[in-house]
Amino acid sequence: MEATGPLSDEGLVQLLDVDGTRVADPDWEPYAAHLTPDALRLAWRLMTITRAFDAEATSLQRQGELGLWVSCLGQEAAQIGSGTAVREPDYVFPSYREHGVALTRDIDLPQMLTLFRGLEHGSWDPVAHSFHLYTLVIGAHSLHATGYAMAMDRDGLVASGSPDKDGAVICYFGDGATSQGDVNEALVFASVNNAPIVFFVQNNQFAISEPTTRQSRVPLAQRADGFGIPRVRVDGNDVIAVHAVTQWALRHARAGQGPVLIEAFTYRMASHTTSDDATRYRTRADEEKWRQRDPIERLKKHLDALGELPQEFRDAVTAETKALGKRTRETVKSWERPALLTMFDHVYAEPHQQVESERAWFDRYQQSFLDEGSHA
Amino acid sequence: MTDTHHRAPAVTERESAVKTMTMAGAINAGLRAAMERDPKVLLMGEDIGQLGGVFRVTDGLHKDFGGDRVMDTPLAESGIVGTAIGMAMRGYTSVIEIQFDGFIFPAFNQITTQLAKMHYRSGGRLTLPLVIRVPFAGGIGAVEHHSESIEALFAHTAGLRICSPATPQDAFDMIQQSIASPDPVMFLEPKARYWDKGDVDTDAVRTRLDAAAATADIGRARVARPGTDVTVIAYGPTVRTALQAADVASGEGTSVEVVDLRSVSPLDIPTVVRSAKRTGRVVVVHEAPTAHGVGAELAARIGEEAFFHLKAPVLRVGGFHTPYPAAKFEHDYLPSLDRVLDAVDRVMTH
Repeated sequence: MEATGPLSDEGLVQLLDVDGTRVADPDWEPYAAHLTPDALRLAWRLMTITRAFDAEATSLQRQGELGLWVSCLGQEAAQIGSGTAVREPDYVFPSYREHGVALTRDIDLPQMLTLFRGLEHGSWDPVAHSFHLYTLVIGAHSLHATGYAMAMDRDGLVASGSPDKDGAVICYFGDGATSQGDVNEALVFASVNNAPIVFFVQNNQFAISEPTTRQSRVPLAQRADGFGIPRVRVDGNDVIAVHAVTQWALRHARAGQGPVLIEAFTYRMASHTTSDDATRYRTRADEEKWRQRDPIERLKKHLDALGELPQEFRDAVTAETKALGKRTRETVKSWERPALLTMFDHVYAEPHQQVESERAWFDRYQQSFLDEGSHA
Repeated sequence: MTDTHHRAPAVTERESAVKTMTMAGAINAGLRAAMERDPKVLLMGEDIGQLGGVFRVTDGLHKDFGGDRVMDTPLAESGIVGTAIGMAMRGYTSVIEIQFDGFIFPAFNQITTQLAKMHYRSGGRLTLPLVIRVPFAGGIGAVEHHSESIEALFAHTAGLRICSPATPQDAFDMIQQSIASPDPVMFLEPKARYWDKGDVDTDAVRTRLDAAAATADIGRARVARPGTDVTVIAYGPTVRTALQAADVASGEGTSVEVVDLRSVSPLDIPTVVRSAKRTGRVVVVHEAPTAHGVGAELAARIGEEAFFHLKAPVLRVGGFHTPYPAAKFEHDYLPSLDRVLDAVDRVMTH
């Protein structure tokens, strides 16, 4: 049976078909024209690294080294295609599965595992990378992203007349988040304030176990219409098309023309997290169908056909992923929990009587055991 | 106050800055001063622009500062707090007006899971100096959801500061100090006291607006009236009731000390415990339901730190474990002068 409604192929922008053949689309071609073989090899390399790191983190969780891992397997094109369209002074608000986007923001991938090893709640300096912390409350960050975009506008970083200086926000969330009140409020605030923001929906077809048909009767991109926000629906496993539509959307927002919503239609090839079991709610046949549309394989076919993926480049990327895997394992296993009293740090920016008295009491309590030890 | 009698020239200067204001007027003047001081201070809320807010607390500010700094927002409380968080990440201090206490709950998630925790989860890298103004508590004969006391629901969340002024002077000072504080502050305005008048020295606070001093000040209780037999602890709308009770009790030979907490988070436990040790008898008065409330926390802390000084159990006077009742019941539901005096009698005769 043909998929309908939110799972249909309706209106998908595609510049690379599943066999890796370039599709001619005069509307979107200008936004992909700058993608030289070098740029495509870079995309293939970043997607490959993302996937290798993802597999390494999954293994580390299985070995008990991480409490949880949230795989982005299958979503590499959506993430690398969009992430590589971001530049200074843009700002990114991820959800919690955007490891590929993090890579494009120069975040050291092993470092992001402190969150998943249970050492801290946020693993990187968001300002230094223009990449906000992961947000686990679904859709809550869409409002922060909108407010940030409104402030960029106030700060003269939009439509300044010098396009290289202009910026915008890109905010990632999933199909499930589109049902949240916060996301709908973000669309309202962005619309009436003409905020420079791109809402990037990765429709990976599942909110844990619930298919997108539990969130919507229509393709998710259509949600934008009621808010007066332009939208585009793109094949999320086509890195060239994703990059092109994100280029367009960011330029639109940076130029002061207001928000855009992109729906990247893709597939979550792993379970929701390492705690989930996708075999309980979807078929092997469905997974196999989407494996045939693998985003990395698709780009590889294209580059192969062009003769632009030489063996030495592949070997270098393989060596790079192996080194990253080794460094990831070693880094994660080397981490020890910070000193216990640091759990009282940064609750407030200025001292708070309750926190300070509890910290002091807990310190005395801990010290009392050390004192007993010294008597023995 | 007594000090100023010995410094005649200072008195003249200070007196020139003293004006009689309502509490609403004092908050308005405090907002204006903060906005004049820092162009990155913005006001956000529903109907706060040309209308001046449903209580007129922002009256005239839209005219003088414009719609970019006094922003009428879409009618979505979560959206207001959430976008203000994003703006704070670029250095803007938004002062949000939630129209009524009972309408804050759509923003409960943004306030508790996002605003309160961002500094912590970012390892101190991000600070969100928002102020959330909430006209709160009852006594104005309103329809439902317009008279709620919400403080305990938020006091349970680490990362927030919660304060409530009881006088125009405190309202003027504390709104500016809340804006100066780098932490998120919930500023609870006792709406039944908006039109109470008092003298406001508009100069005094100026030297206390750096982050550390401002934060310390809004967390500090004050002894509103000294006494020796019973401590009555109140904040926001119940301070006036407590002072009235002290007057009446004094006529009956009982000396009541009134402690105005000013801050619910943090609680100024040292001031509370000092007073409890001095009098040995404590009554806590708030409009919020007593069950699981601020009074319960105070009773526990006083028990822990002043047990052997107590001559009677700590009593609480407050709302019942019912929804806030319809307006014709509120006079009896609220902690009235009679109920406070009854509690004072009970701790005296224990």
